[in-house]
Amino acid sequence: MAEVEQKDGSSKQKKFTIRVDFTPMVDMNMLLITFFMLCTTLSKPQTMEISMPSNDKNITEEDQTKVAASRAITILLGGDDRVFYYAGEPNYEDYNSLKEVSFRADGLRAVLTERNYDVIQKINELKREKLETNMSDEDFNKKASEIKNVKTAPVVMIKASDESTYENLIDALDEMQICSISKYAIVDMAEGDLFLLENYESKGGLTDQIDKSQL
Amino acid sequence: MTAMSDVTVLLLTFFMLTSTFVQKEPVQVTTPKSVSEIKIPETNILQILVEPNGKMFMSLDNQGDRMNVLQNVGAEYGVEFTTEEILSFKLLPCFGVPVKDMKAFLNLKPDVQDQALKGKVKGITAGIPCDSVNNEIKVWVKQARSVNPDLRIAIKAAADTPYPIIHQLMSSLQDIRENRYNLITTLKNIKEDE
Repeated sequence: MAEVEQKDGSSKQKKFTIRVDFTPMVDMNMLLITFFMLCTTLSKPQTMEISMPSNDKNITEEDQTKVAASRAITILLGGDDRVFYYAGEPNYEDYNSLKEVSFRADGLRAVLTERNYDVIQKINELKREKLETNMSDEDFNKKASEIKNVKTAPVVMIKASDESTYENLIDALDEMQICSISKYAIVDMAEGDLFLLENYESKGGLTDQIDKSQL
Repeated sequence: MTAMSDVTVLLLTFFMLTSTFVQKEPVQVTTPKSVSEIKIPETNILQILVEPNGKMFMSLDNQGDRMNVLQNVGAEYGVEFTTEEILSFKLLPCFGVPVKDMKAFLNLKPDVQDQALKGKVKGITAGIPCDSVNNEIKVWVKQARSVNPDLRIAIKAAADTPYPIIHQLMSSLQDIRENRYNLITTLKNIKEDE
């Protein structure tokens, strides 16, 4: 009997479980989560690295513009998100030498891609090779910059007018990255470029004027 | 209940580890989109915030640097700051008033300082001047660079800022031989606009 009673007692003790109230803890956790979700950001902002030429006055203009005309492309950023370009040296007499494009994929990007076709092709090949052979990032960057720095690659000059916005500039810089162009510079608008823009707007109406004053 | 508390604890840990706190800025700017995928480094950043109307603000992440920079800039303009003013500056996440208004600005209460940065306090102009007559941005950047040589300059400008303002800032930086800097953007997918 005594043994049976003992057994009964022990089984009763086993059934007795300790209950801890978790509700306040869950409450507090929820509160903390809400706090963190509202007061923090998950994504770090992206950046674009850029290096500008130095403003050194000792560098003469001749040193700066030693780019073969066949390689040069000048992009002009106008107001109202408009973008123009001309290849090589500007032809002031023909207003059609300035062409208007857009920031869409079939605009500026198509022009630059066509110009930089060989480089883009090689870069794509390199990317494929990287996927297949586990190339290290360091090697990849080294090879990529080798490809991008070939002598025939285009050199792009970005000239922003006073009417353009910061977004236009970033868009233009973006296109450089998409089209794997390694040599580009943000240059000040020259008088000639302003003339080109005005001449384009008036559809060649100013061509006569400049000829008379210069000759 | 146990399962739920498990989940909440897990979520909490996740948020605490992965997130960074939002920096208090006097203005909300929408940065332009870009395909660039480089992340901004976390430390040693001198951020120049540009509002669409041309007002500029600065933030330095290191509090110790902040104090030294203030003293150096003060010395350059012949302004002596008291210990309280320096301590008040140390706690500022973002600053942007001309040096001549700095003393008055630092003596304000923190919540009034926020208002002052929005240009709502009389006698204090918001924004660090960056024009050819009075270019204080140059002085601030130069002093910040001398205090911390590893500093990286990041420009955070609103997408609709007119180019002349950006040009002014960029040429000011060029004048003091700061030719490398970062432009803060938000990520965009290339295919997005196709």
